Amino acid sequence: MGKQSTVPFGPQHPVLPEPVHLDLVMEDEKILKAIPSIGFVHRGLESLIEKKDYQEMVYVVERTCGICSFMHGMGYCEAVEHIMNLEVPKRARFLRTIWCEMSRIHSHLLWLGLLADAFGFESLFYQAWRMREKILDCFEMTTGGRVIFSVNTIGGVLKDMEPDHIKAILGAIEWIEGELKVIRRTFLFDATVETRLKGVGVLSKEEAHDLGCVGPFGRASGLKVDTRKRGYAAYPEIDFEPVTSTVGDCFARCDVRINEVFQSIDIIRQAVAKLPEEKDLNVPVKPVDTPLGEYFMRVEQPRGEACYYVKGNGTKLLDRLRIRTPTFANIPGMLKTLEGADYADVPILILTIDPCISCTER
Amino acid sequence: MAEVICPENELITIEPEELLDHTMKMKKQGFRLSQACAAYVEKKYELSYSFAADDGSYLLKSLRIVIDPEVEVSSITEFYPYAFLYENEMKELFGVKIRMINLDYDNKLYRIRQETPLKVDRPKAPPKPAPKVPPKPAAPANSGEAPAQKGEG
Repeated sequence: MGKQSTVPFGPQHPVLPEPVHLDLVMEDEKILKAIPSIGFVHRGLESLIEKKDYQEMVYVVERTCGICSFMHGMGYCEAVEHIMNLEVPKRARFLRTIWCEMSRIHSHLLWLGLLADAFGFESLFYQAWRMREKILDCFEMTTGGRVIFSVNTIGGVLKDMEPDHIKAILGAIEWIEGELKVIRRTFLFDATVETRLKGVGVLSKEEAHDLGCVGPFGRASGLKVDTRKRGYAAYPEIDFEPVTSTVGDCFARCDVRINEVFQSIDIIRQAVAKLPEEKDLNVPVKPVDTPLGEYFMRVEQPRGEACYYVKGNGTKLLDRLRIRTPTFANIPGMLKTLEGADYADVPILILTIDPCISCTER
Repeated sequence: MAEVICPENELITIEPEELLDHTMKMKKQGFRLSQACAAYVEKKYELSYSFAADDGSYLLKSLRIVIDPEVEVSSITEFYPYAFLYENEMKELFGVKIRMINLDYDNKLYRIRQETPLKVDRPKAPPKPAPKVPPKPAAPANSGEAPAQKGEG
């Protein structure tokens, strides 16, 4: 038995775009235990409910994250709409679904690029991010923004998609589908990629459940859970099944996310085909109407289930807003995969939960 | 069409001393701890523990305890070890007293200068005004003209 030592990992590390710190208790090259530290960039967005009213908070909430900003805004809006008994127009629900799935494609392509970069496959990284640009262009065309979109409002959405926009989105996802089929072969059948990912960080279905894992991280271990099935936006009218794998290693997480991009493309096509012709995009909220009550809203973000707890007291200022992001839920699972792993695999293991520290440090 | 289930949230308010019993029941029934959070309302803590069913029913059951600030509650990490992050957050941002957390950061989870920044007294909601009912026209006087209302003329 070798001597134990503790190696600090992060918060500044080439593989980490955002700061998180791990104390790795090691014996030779094997990790025995990992102790996390977060909170380097905690922003206290939730406490802004003291100053911003519930409608202004839409724009605060979507600034929780620069990748799934649309879904953060939507999750919060759906929670408030539920408390206020607002029925969102059908077209707005479909538009939300389309933007949600575009966000998922954007996030997964970004993650695929980061993963390729982490195991040193630079050209694969370029290809993934080149495809991602197409989705960002579609966001810019339909919302005016590439990071923060501000199209959600309490009661619906603020912008419509013109026929030209829909045509461009369908063209973009068709192009992405073709390109992804090409790079998928490299991600899933290249010997160098397999060597880095297969058999690394295996998490069984039972472990994933016992550790509260969510999203593609949990589904790669066989948890057939996808909060979209709960039914929000227009998902009740869309036909899809959660993408799962039973292997539970880093390779399976990569496989699940690639298949989820194809699934998102399919969902966008379904949503466009069923997009109702309606002029109303939101229901007007009277100034005297204020949220009174509380609700736990869950949405499926690219990284997994996010939970929004909203408690209104009948004034314009909320009593409490709590955002539980998927990365927060996946940290215990990540620590489990680190136990017994080689030191060289730490960057890959951290990346395969797709950590978003800016979400976690809301 | 895919089957989509839309269950409503279930919220059960319990006594603080019943928390561990109910949590153990949730664990035995196979629920996953989806989130736990605190709120500071009218000088009391409202602690909410939400449990999600991963069996395809998409149920979300929440346990609620309401305690005074000086009351100490037991950690649920005995049953859900991964609750340590939620409990450290409650402790650090709100000042909730929680005993026996399996990994207690001792108020160093978040690197913030202010102690318990979310423990803030909020203005109490004013009672909602009664809906305005337009004044009924007065009974016609002998002259047949309605009397002038206040503010008129």
